[in-house]
Amino acid sequence: MMASSYNAKEEDGHHSGASNNGGAGVVKSKKPDNTAFKQQRLPAWQPILTAGTVLPAFFVIGLIFIPIGIGLYVTSNNIKEYEIDYTGADINDACYNCAKNFSWNSTTPCLCSVPFTLEQPFESNVFMYYGLSNFYQNHRRYVKSRDDSQLNGDRSALKNPSKECEPYRTSEGKPIAPCGAIANSLFNDTLELYHIDSNGTRNAIPLVKKGIAWWTDKHVKFRNPGGNSNLTVAFQDTSKPVNWRKPVFDLDPSDPENNGFINEDFIVWMRTAALPTFRKLYRIIQKKPSTTPTLPSGKYVLEITYNYPVRSFDGRKRMILSTISWMGGKNPFLGIAYITVGSICFFLGVVLLIIHHKYDTRNNSADIPS
Amino acid sequence: TVCHICTGEENWVDSRTIYIGHKEPPSGTEAFIQQRFPDNRIVSSKYTFWNFVPKNMFEQFRRVANFYFLIIFLVQLIIDTPTSPITSGLPLFFVITVTAIKQGYEDWLRHKADNSVNQCPIHVVQHGKVVRKQSRKLRVGDVVFMKENETFPCDLILLSSSRDDGTCFVTTASLDGESSHKTYYAVQDTKAYNTEKEVDSIHATIECEQPQPDLYKFVGRINVYMDNEPVARPLGSENLLLRGATLKNTEYIYAVAIYTGMETKMALNYQSKTQKRSAVEKSMNAYLVVYLCILISKALINTVLKYAWQADPNRDEPWYNDRTEPERQRHIVVRAFTDFLAFMVLFNYIIPVSMYVTVEMQKFLGSYFIMWDDEMFDEEMGERAVVNTSDLNEELGQVEYVFTDKTGTLTENNMEFIECCVDGHVYVPDVICNGQVMPGATTMDMIDTSPGPGAREHEELFFRALCLCHTVQVKEEETVDGIKHGIHQGKSTSFYISSSPDEVALVEGMKRLGFTYLRLKDSHMEILNREDEIERFQLLEVLTFDSVRRRMSVIVRSSTGELYLFCKGADSAIFPRVVSGKVEQIKARVEHNAVEGLRTLCVAYRPLSPEQYQEVCHLLNGAKLALQDRDKRLAEAYDIIEKDLILLGATAVEDRLQEKAADTIESLHKAGMKVWVLTGDKMETAAATCYASKLFRRNTQILELTTKRTEEQSLHDVLFDLSRTVLRQHGGMTRDSFSGLSGDCTDYGLIIDGATLSAVMRPAQEDSNSGNYKEIFLEICRNCSAVLCCRMAPLQKAQIVKLIKASKEHPITLAIGDGANDVSMILEAHVGIGIMGKEGRQAVRNSDYAIPKFKHLKKMLLVHGHYYYIRISELVQYFFYKNVCFIFPQFLYQFFCGFSQQPLYDTAYLTLYNISFTSLPILLYSLIEQHIHMDILRRDPSLYRDIAKNSLLRWPIFIYWTVLGVYDAIVMFFGVYFLFDNTTFTSNGQMFGNWTFGTLVFTVLVFTVTFKLALDTHYWTWINHFVIWGSLIFFVVFSLLWGGIIWPFLNYQRMYYVFMQMLSSGPAWLSIILLITASLLPDVLKKVICRTLWPTTTERIQVGACSLSVVSNPALLEVTLLSSCL
Repeated sequence: MMASSYNAKEEDGHHSGASNNGGAGVVKSKKPDNTAFKQQRLPAWQPILTAGTVLPAFFVIGLIFIPIGIGLYVTSNNIKEYEIDYTGADINDACYNCAKNFSWNSTTPCLCSVPFTLEQPFESNVFMYYGLSNFYQNHRRYVKSRDDSQLNGDRSALKNPSKECEPYRTSEGKPIAPCGAIANSLFNDTLELYHIDSNGTRNAIPLVKKGIAWWTDKHVKFRNPGGNSNLTVAFQDTSKPVNWRKPVFDLDPSDPENNGFINEDFIVWMRTAALPTFRKLYRIIQKKPSTTPTLPSGKYVLEITYNYPVRSFDGRKRMILSTISWMGGKNPFLGIAYITVGSICFFLGVVLLIIHHKYDTRNNSADIPS
Repeated sequence: TVCHICTGEENWVDSRTIYIGHKEPPSGTEAFIQQRFPDNRIVSSKYTFWNFVPKNMFEQFRRVANFYFLIIFLVQLIIDTPTSPITSGLPLFFVITVTAIKQGYEDWLRHKADNSVNQCPIHVVQHGKVVRKQSRKLRVGDVVFMKENETFPCDLILLSSSRDDGTCFVTTASLDGESSHKTYYAVQDTKAYNTEKEVDSIHATIECEQPQPDLYKFVGRINVYMDNEPVARPLGSENLLLRGATLKNTEYIYAVAIYTGMETKMALNYQSKTQKRSAVEKSMNAYLVVYLCILISKALINTVLKYAWQADPNRDEPWYNDRTEPERQRHIVVRAFTDFLAFMVLFNYIIPVSMYVTVEMQKFLGSYFIMWDDEMFDEEMGERAVVNTSDLNEELGQVEYVFTDKTGTLTENNMEFIECCVDGHVYVPDVICNGQVMPGATTMDMIDTSPGPGAREHEELFFRALCLCHTVQVKEEETVDGIKHGIHQGKSTSFYISSSPDEVALVEGMKRLGFTYLRLKDSHMEILNREDEIERFQLLEVLTFDSVRRRMSVIVRSSTGELYLFCKGADSAIFPRVVSGKVEQIKARVEHNAVEGLRTLCVAYRPLSPEQYQEVCHLLNGAKLALQDRDKRLAEAYDIIEKDLILLGATAVEDRLQEKAADTIESLHKAGMKVWVLTGDKMETAAATCYASKLFRRNTQILELTTKRTEEQSLHDVLFDLSRTVLRQHGGMTRDSFSGLSGDCTDYGLIIDGATLSAVMRPAQEDSNSGNYKEIFLEICRNCSAVLCCRMAPLQKAQIVKLIKASKEHPITLAIGDGANDVSMILEAHVGIGIMGKEGRQAVRNSDYAIPKFKHLKKMLLVHGHYYYIRISELVQYFFYKNVCFIFPQFLYQFFCGFSQQPLYDTAYLTLYNISFTSLPILLYSLIEQHIHMDILRRDPSLYRDIAKNSLLRWPIFIYWTVLGVYDAIVMFFGVYFLFDNTTFTSNGQMFGNWTFGTLVFTVLVFTVTFKLALDTHYWTWINHFVIWGSLIFFVVFSLLWGGIIWPFLNYQRMYYVFMQMLSSGPAWLSIILLITASLLPDVLKKVICRTLWPTTTERIQVGACSLSVVSNPALLEVTLLSSCL
């Protein structure tokens, strides 16, 4: 600072010395540039929000939103949805015994069946979901308890999973594949659906398990180590997650393309839900080529292999059948919200119109004489 | 040993001995102890290459904000937190690095400056020869050879000079701003040694006090050894040449270095300017504290709820979600504390690091608009506005009190001789007759009847008096620093130079009236009289001017041997000492001139008999030779000598007002600012200037608080009287404003002088209630639109500023001045502005902003200040708003994820939200927003009142923004929540996870927040379009890319295809549109309704300008704009 003041003084001396010969040059160099930017005079659009300009916008928003809302609401109402709670919390429930006598060590699966009736036929593709409540898939400890490199087929991560997987990282001295709490708690109830004919025979409804996971997950994000052939070898020296009954390469014995890490049920489960009450796509019931509805109205039976305990944390398990429109499943929220916001805008438009007429004219008349 | 007593050695705390030329004193006299002194190196740099990193880091982390972010970062490193340390480490690293680079660069510049100073060549006498040396190698005791116009490299004692009398002239313009030439004296015993050989033979030691910062005090003693007999002489400040001063009008000097390097008086005087903080910054810090409280309470609430919720072990640790063993072992208190810290980390983004960076950048970049401003460029001087601190830009829009200097600030400081009055006859030089300037005496306009022969004699004596009684020097050829005026006398050009522009004006005026001062030669002053004869007067004594006496005198002997004392000074200093002369007439003329705004001086004389002169000589010599209280004894002597004067006449000099000064003051008044003029000038002159500059108007009722009044009444009574007058009016005004007639009530102007002010400010005595005086005084001032303080000492100026600053409203003050005497006030005020005037660069250097002319203040405050304030207040509010929007959904999400600190957004979004997605639009807004066109701002100063008192950063507005942020956050979070509620919204039935939830909220957030700014933008240039739409496009492109590939080296792929999948769903699009609309709706509504029902002046003008922008005819625009301002 001191030296700089010293300099400034020298500059002064220099200046007075130079003013005889080169004064004009000094003057010229100090003059600021006269550009629009530097003089803050860039051409600009200067919009102002006044009642007059905002009014039309409000009406337009109202006029657009209300029809959209009605459309969404109608669409949502046309969607058919059927939901069964098969937790077995109540003594009268079919699965009460299974829920009550659950043990991780039992070797015999506990079966229960829930009969139900569809009042209306389900047209087009029907989607079968399982739903869990009070299950915190979004708990931080849970969300991070996975190793994406391992799931992507990385061999070193397979042998040495991430620390984040603790305490589901190793078992019996071997690394767990797939490691982590999410994988460990894979939903493993088996749901089967039977249609009861008018004459009482049970017809199994074909459930498609392809296409329930995101395509990118199945084909890019999840990969088996060393390709899909010979998974037993690829997964040797690893241990199955402690709560699993069978190893990862044996998840779907029927289809080698749906095994190991690229098992679609597994992938669906690995996408952690946002809220503690959630549903996940389980199976798809494809529409029949004929004109008969996919699920005609009538009696049905849901056969459950009850493997998944939820009673300990007051959880609930549900099975949901739903048709889908372009906007997804049944959710009246968006339609109602659109109608509400649209109507508010319209209403505000009217209010503003009144205010505009009442006050703007007065302001103008007050301004002019002044 | 005799001199041991007379030099007052007992006062020396500590002394040093300097051996001139490093020569040992003759043996036996004294012990030769070579003391160690620092070399002449100047170090102004803060860092060295080695300590830069640690020292700079330490200084940066001393700032509270940086320290806070460092703590957050460390917490993230140490404990298991929801977000990676990168999210806060990266921005912090960025901030620290940028600041370090900036400071490093500045320090490098200082190093460079230091080096150039330290390495500049100096001539030193060694072994009888002049040797070149680098300045930094100069040591105490070296004998230095200096030539004219060279600047002293260290503090020196003058040994000898090229002048025979051993004097030299020095200007200290860069030290204290005085551009006058001061005379310094060589030591009597060494002044004859004026060649290098002779100087080298000097054998002497100097004993003096250790360095101390007072520029005007120095005590020392020189022992000159002649024939091994020491002769001791006292040394005073008149022997000491200070570092930084420049040698003038003297060919060369020899001097010995006594204080070097960091021990020079200039170095000791350098004090770092205290950091000024703007009101906006204070509000910002207050908001910060509020947000810190919000943050802590959020974290506390969540921690408490977490443990309440977890009381059930099945919730705490359900079978699917076990803890690790070490975690289970941890004590509950430790766990709770870590959880608390983790929540803090999760929500810490509510206090954004980037706000500090953006504010700093805004201030730094924004200040360029001041420097670039074409309208604040002065063609004449070739100077443009200078910004010394960019920290105070917005403070320019908040000024309530303007304290201005008069001379050089309001006025040109360009004196012009107007008239003189001898015994009541008025003489005006250079009256233009028939378009021709008539030369000589014929142009004299005798306003009164022509004087008789006795008067004629008086008249000539008066002119001679003015030609003799001054300290003007004549400088032939060339330009010199200081006051320059050309005397076109035949071929050779010469200038009068003087410390006082008034003196030059007077001597020049005399020249035009026929008496030309030629030169001072061999202590004879030569005057060319009307008959072109040279008259010679022997100059016997000069009784120099000082501001206490306010007069100066000379004693001369004419060629005929008569002795005269001529005295000139302020009327108040002369009249009491006058015994005869036409006092009444002259007094009337002086008062008349003072009212006209002219600076007046009175001239008197006293013929001295030889006996009287002897007596005078005796008195003066006695005083001059006194070694203790010399100043006091001199003053006493002057007092005795300057008496029994005969009044000759008076002069009037005009200091013209600066261009558009009146217009500027009027604008400042209209803008609601109170303008105070603080001047050392006398009351009448200052008051006239105030009328001329429209500070006081015709209808202004003047209240006087001056010595004249306090002599009649006690100060107490005067004060109470005035306050009663003012308060009555004040009460009336409120009634008026109720009836809507507040427009034309009379306003008050106060005049106070320095003496009365110090009486008011005097610290409270036990029995009196002078504490009340201050209060009453402030109360009076508060109700006066204009205040004039005259006869002020520099320190009093600062006191006044301090008094107003400390008053209970804590108004924002601005001080503007051009001279060294304004520096204290410039440093004291919230904003200090320097005028690049004639009185050196001291004011400019100490100011926060410097402008070439007073008129530039108008644009500086009304346009730049207004814009900066609008811009930065939006910046601050918007930053807090957007971070509430950002973090509140994350807070809400905790209620749905078991208070597990699960972040809602992905790490990349958390990190980049403030850095790249939403940073540029607001930065640009805060640089180029113009809510009203600048021409309107300038034409209608009352718009300035709209933003007074920090109005855009008041608590209600802050709360509005925060509530808006919370509302938006709730809309965004719950909108998406209900959309996700236990159902799917894709057409293929597949489900979305928590990352899609967060991404959807984040997308709505980025768009809402950017659109909100777009709605607030009133000035859409192509850059705004580019940045606003560009940053939205950047967000989309980034998201596509971020989710588009499997990122190697990243241990999670949670965002893979999340954004694309989301966009493939129709309802996601619909909900984005819906939620953005719903979020923006209330703000739009509030804006429109407020504008329609309760418009501010600004908004009215905006609407007016809006409808006018259609009009293409500029003339029509002009007219309508004016009408809208009325």
